[in-house]
This record gives sequence, C-alpha cells and structure tokens, in this order.
Amino acid sequence: MLAYTIRRILSLIPVLLGLSLIVFFMIRAIPGDPAQIILGQLATKEAVAELTKQLGLDQPWFVQYFTYLGGLFTGDLGESIKTKSAISEEIWPYLAATLELSFCAIAIAIFVGVNAGIISAWYQNSWFDYIAMVLALIGVSMPIFWLGLMEQWVFAINLDWLPTSGREEVRNPISSITNIYMIDTLIQGRFDQLWDVIKHLILPSVALATIPMAIIARITRSSMLEVMRSDYIRTARAKGLRMFWVVYKHSLKNAIIPVLTVIGLQTGLLLGGAILTETVFSWPGMGRYIVDAISARDYPVIQSGILVIAFIFVMINLIVDLLYAAIDPRIKYN
Amino acid sequence: MQAPVLDVKKLKTSFFSDDGEIPAVDDISFSVKKGEILGIVGESGCGKSVTSLSIMKLVPQPPGKIVSGEILLNGENLVPVSERRMRQIRGNEIAMIFQEPMTSLNPLFKIGEQLIEAIKIHKKGNKKEFEKQAVDMLKLVGLPRAEGIMNEYPHQLSGGMRQRVMIAMALSCGPKLLIADEPTTALDVTIQAQILALMKSLNEKLDTSIVMITHDLGVVADICQRVIVMYAGKVVEEASVLDIFKNPKHPYTMGLLQSVPDIRNKQDRLYSIPGNVPKPGSITTGCRFAARCEFVHDRCLADDPPLYAVEEAGHHTVRCFLHDTGGNGHHD
Ligand SMILES: Nc1ncnc2c1ncn2[C@@H]1O[C@H](COP(=O)(O)OP(=O)(O)OP(=O)(O)O)[C@@H](O)[C@H]1O
Ligand code: SF4
Ligand SMILES: [Mg+2]
Repeated sequence: MLAYTIRRILSLIPVLLGLSLIVFFMIRAIPGDPAQIILGQLATKEAVAELTKQLGLDQPWFVQYFTYLGGLFTGDLGESIKTKSAISEEIWPYLAATLELSFCAIAIAIFVGVNAGIISAWYQNSWFDYIAMVLALIGVSMPIFWLGLMEQWVFAINLDWLPTSGREEVRNPISSITNIYMIDTLIQGRFDQLWDVIKHLILPSVALATIPMAIIARITRSSMLEVMRSDYIRTARAKGLRMFWVVYKHSLKNAIIPVLTVIGLQTGLLLGGAILTETVFSWPGMGRYIVDAISARDYPVIQSGILVIAFIFVMINLIVDLLYAAIDPRIKYN
Repeated sequence: MQAPVLDVKKLKTSFFSDDGEIPAVDDISFSVKKGEILGIVGESGCGKSVTSLSIMKLVPQPPGKIVSGEILLNGENLVPVSERRMRQIRGNEIAMIFQEPMTSLNPLFKIGEQLIEAIKIHKKGNKKEFEKQAVDMLKLVGLPRAEGIMNEYPHQLSGGMRQRVMIAMALSCGPKLLIADEPTTALDVTIQAQILALMKSLNEKLDTSIVMITHDLGVVADICQRVIVMYAGKVVEEASVLDIFKNPKHPYTMGLLQSVPDIRNKQDRLYSIPGNVPKPGSITTGCRFAARCEFVHDRCLADDPPLYAVEEAGHHTVRCFLHDTGGNGHHD
C-alpha cells in the first residue's frame, strides 16, 4: 500500500507541471496587454513599460514560467496587483470558506445519495425506490442557481427559518483562527456561534449538494442492484447473515467502487458549482475572490486562484485512487 | 426406518411475471435420511437450483415464491417460518455450496474474515476460539498452510482451493444437511475427483446428509446412494443409484444414460437427447417429455402421468404411462 501510494504521488508530478503550464498560458492568451488594461487607455507609455517590467512581462515566456514555477515550489503564489499583498496569505480566508461549504455539500451528497441508493436497491420497485428515483431525476437536471434562489425565497424570506446569505451573523462576528468557522467556533467553545455557522451553511450546502447527491444516488442504486445479484451475496445470505449486514457490509463494499469514481468527479464539479452558489448566497469564498480578480484584471490572482482549485481537484482524485486500492485488494497486484 | 432429516412434500415454486405464473418446480417430493447422499440430476433449467434455493428460502422474491407444499427439516415445516428463524437455520442446520467457486466468495474480504463470520453468526465464543475453529476447518478440508490462507483474499487461491474453502465454511457450524449445487461443474477433472472424494469422506466422518445437485451422472455414480431425476420442474424417476444405472425405467433417464458411454469418463456431458427442455409452464397438458420421447402414444398427449411404483425394486418410482400396471399409481 505504501509503495503504491508513493507511486501514485510521483505520477502526479507531470500532471501538476502540465496543469501549471496550461494555467500559465491560459492567462496569457487573454487578448490585450495586461499593463495597458490595468492602467487604462489614458496611461503614459512610460507608466505601461514600468508596470510591464514590474510584472515581469518583459521577460521571455520561459523565464516567466520558471520564475513562477520556482515560486510555486516555495509556496509563493505571487503578489496581487490590486492589494499588493502576497496571494498565498490573502487567499486562505476565501479558500477556507469554499472548502467549508464544499465539504458540507459533498458530505450531504454522499450521505444522502449513498443511503438513498442503497435503500432503493434493497427495496427495489417499492414506493421509496420510485420516489427517490423521481427526485433524483429532477435533482440531476436542477439549475443550482435557480434552486438557490428558491431556497432563499422559501426558507429565508417566507418562513424566516434560516439566514439568506453570508457566512456569519454580522452582529455576532466570529474571531477567526483557522477560518474554517465550524472549527473556530468549536475550539473557542462558542456553541451559539457554531449554531449560527451551521444555519448559514444549510441552504448553500443543500443547493450545492443537489446535483451530486442525485447522481450518487442513481449510481449507487444500479451498482448495488448488480452486486446484490452476485454469487457471494447469495453465499452471505446462505450463512444466515442478517440482511442489514449483507447490504451494508458485503454489498456496499463492492458496490461503492464505481460510486467512488463518481464521487471524485462530482467533488471536482462541485468546486465549479461552488462559484455559482457563492454568488447567490454572497458567500465570501474562492468564487468571489476570482470573480473580483477578473473584474479588476488582477492576473496573478486569477492565475493562482485557478491553479489552487485545479490542485485540489487533482488531490481529490488522488484520494479516490488510494481509496480504491485500500478497498480492493486486487488492485495492487495488477 | 429412521425419520428423514429433510422431507420435501409436494413443493411448488413459481416465478410470476407479466406472462403469468411459471412453475419452475412443480409438485416435487423427496426425502433425505441421516448420513445419506441424495443426487438430483437433470438438464439445465429443469429446476434443480430453484429446488435448493426453495429449501433455503432464498428464492429471489419477487418474482419467485413458494406456492405450496412443505419442507420438513427434522419435522419442522420451513415454508411458513419467519425470516428470523430461517436465519438461525441457514448455515447452522442447512448449509449450501454453489457452482462457481470463483465468484462465491466475496472478493474484498479475507478468507479468514469470511470463515469467522460464518461461525460467529451461530456460535458463541471469543475471537481466538473462532480463529482456531476456522483454521481447523481449513485443515479438515485438506488445505495446506491453513494459517496463511486465513490472511489471503479469494483471488489468491485456485478454483479448487476456493471450493474447499466454501466446503469448510459450509461445514463450520456442523449442519445436518449440506446442499451442494453443482459443486464440481466449474472445476477441471482431477480437481473434481478430489472435491468429490473430500465430500464423501466428510459425509462419512461427520455424518452430514448431502443433497448433491448435478447434471453429471458420473458424479451420481461416484458418491450418491439414491437419485432423483428431474425433468421440466417435475421428478420423473426416483431410485437407488444401482437401480438407476442397472434398470432405468423412464425414457428420459434411459436417454441420459445412453448419452454417457462410460460413466467413469466424467468429461462427457450428457446431453444428446434430441430436442430441448421445454420452458417451464409451456406444456399444460400431457407428459412434459412427450415431444422428445420415442415411446410417445396417445395417452401421453392427453394426460399427465402420475408416479408409478416399479414392482420388483425397493423404492423405485417413475412418471411414465409405460409403467402403468394398473393400481400402482401414486397420483401425486
Ligand atoms: N430469477 C428467476 N426469474 C424467473 N425465472 C427463473 C428465475 N430463476 C429461475 N427461473 C426459472 O426456473 C427454471 C429453473 O431454473 P434452475 O436455475 O432451477 O435450473 P437448473 O436446473 O438449476 O439449471 P442449471 O443446470 O442451468 O443450473 C428456469 O428455466 C427459469 O425459467
Ligand atoms: S408418459 Fe409417454 S411421453 Fe411421457 S415418458 Fe412415458 S412414454 Fe414417453
Ligand atoms: Mg442450477
């Protein structure tokens, strides 16, 4: 397992290099001279040349790239043009906000999706199965943006159960340590604030979770149905094992393997979806950070923001791959 | 005579679909005595597996259902009992092994875990005792390096070894009855012989009754004492192994035997009787074998033959009008 893990991590090096190259060129493919755009049409030639130099854009591309890459290795993501501060420092609160939201969303999606899929398969063709699968069908085709607005309208505006937007109660601000507010409030023992944080998380998490939840439920169901027809499930039942363990131990462990692939992919897509959801719920996360950077033409921030998201996506897929190997003993041997 | 361990009476198991009821097992009766090995033979699709799954009450439901009849295990009728009671019986009083040793073990759990699980469901004890018992079972079925195998996964074992593991697992709680559904069909000839010899010796050592399901008359000759021949969901002949080979009565049984030139040559499969097994439920009047029978006559097409007792032998019955001597019909 250790050798396999090391092998998989090493195999990520070319992927990450490729990724940095793509992001690097993507930013540079945006038409126009960044210095000119930043300074505006009325800027003097000297000022533009000055800024170009300052940004390092007068250097040949490979020098620029290797400077940038060298910085990445030391954890240096460059400097924001707008705020003049190090991106590696100012990015964290935004990233933490997105991670907290995405984590809650994927946790809901996996918990509800996997269980709904299992029960649907176990009680195939029951009313539960029919209702769950109709909901899943609706869920897959749900526009998150619209769902977010509907949630706000029903649960925040009409019923007034939950806050409309933001991460925290403005009148009761959280003193942040890690910027993951659930952890911060917990370690400070501020359970009143923890409850606030959770209330703020519910609507955006559910909106964000809907599509992956629906997809996970459908895949889990079909995977479980296939596994439950297999010979070893009949063996488990012939031993006298209770159906609950037949389903949650013998079937699920086998059925979860294809579901993991989907979970990995959906977690990646969810990060994309987070940007949309953050807009609807005024969530101060990576979505806002990058969108603000785009409107300010803050190229280093755009570049690093995208790179960080892509890096997380790659890491999630690494985790999924390692989970495969941990679950299926046959993988390591071929 | 001793009371039988298993007594199946007029069992009928059907599958229900949009086309209606398909009786896969139609009104079959047989019994197994203590320590006896009973063979059930018949071509593919004749209802052998459905019979064995009915006894375990593991017929997939829906679409399947035991429609009528009794399954008496030491006098207790299993048909109406609760799922809870069945769980106590499965693995503990009746165990089962299957055709495909390659897929009958869960690929994601170690052999040891799967064996210990089988014991833990029914027996009290601690981890150490379970482990010891599991290792002992692996030794009993003749597996070398039993301790090592405990920590291996199914894909690391050969087909023959996996079937030995299956047998170890099935016998781990000391069941009174073992149902073996074509346990050697998927194995090559030498391994087949080893597994059969193992089952025979365990049958003698532990006094476990065995229902041996097979379509190979060679297997029957090797280890069974009595045999029932099934055709299209019905028992067509029942006799001792000696009588079946020496004195077959049903045209279908004779066909089966003719297509085995040498019963010791186990590589040969049986089927050279012209025609195919009819789909269950497709024949509603007359003898189900009529379409393939060389002795077919008018009566066969009009009526369904009952089981007739064959006079000279002990317990030998046959479902064929050729053996109607007047008054020997069982009408069941
Ligand atoms: N799950 C099911 N749904 C519908 N019909 C079924 C199902 N399982 C079995 N049957 C029916 O029952 C009949 C008997 O099947 P069974 O598996 O008992 O045959 P078999 O004698 O064990 O054959 P084989 O030698 O191929 O194992 C089949 O022809 C089929 O029509
Ligand atoms: S009853 Fe008729 S058709 Fe059926 S086996 Fe006997 S002779 Fe053949
Ligand atoms: Mg079968």
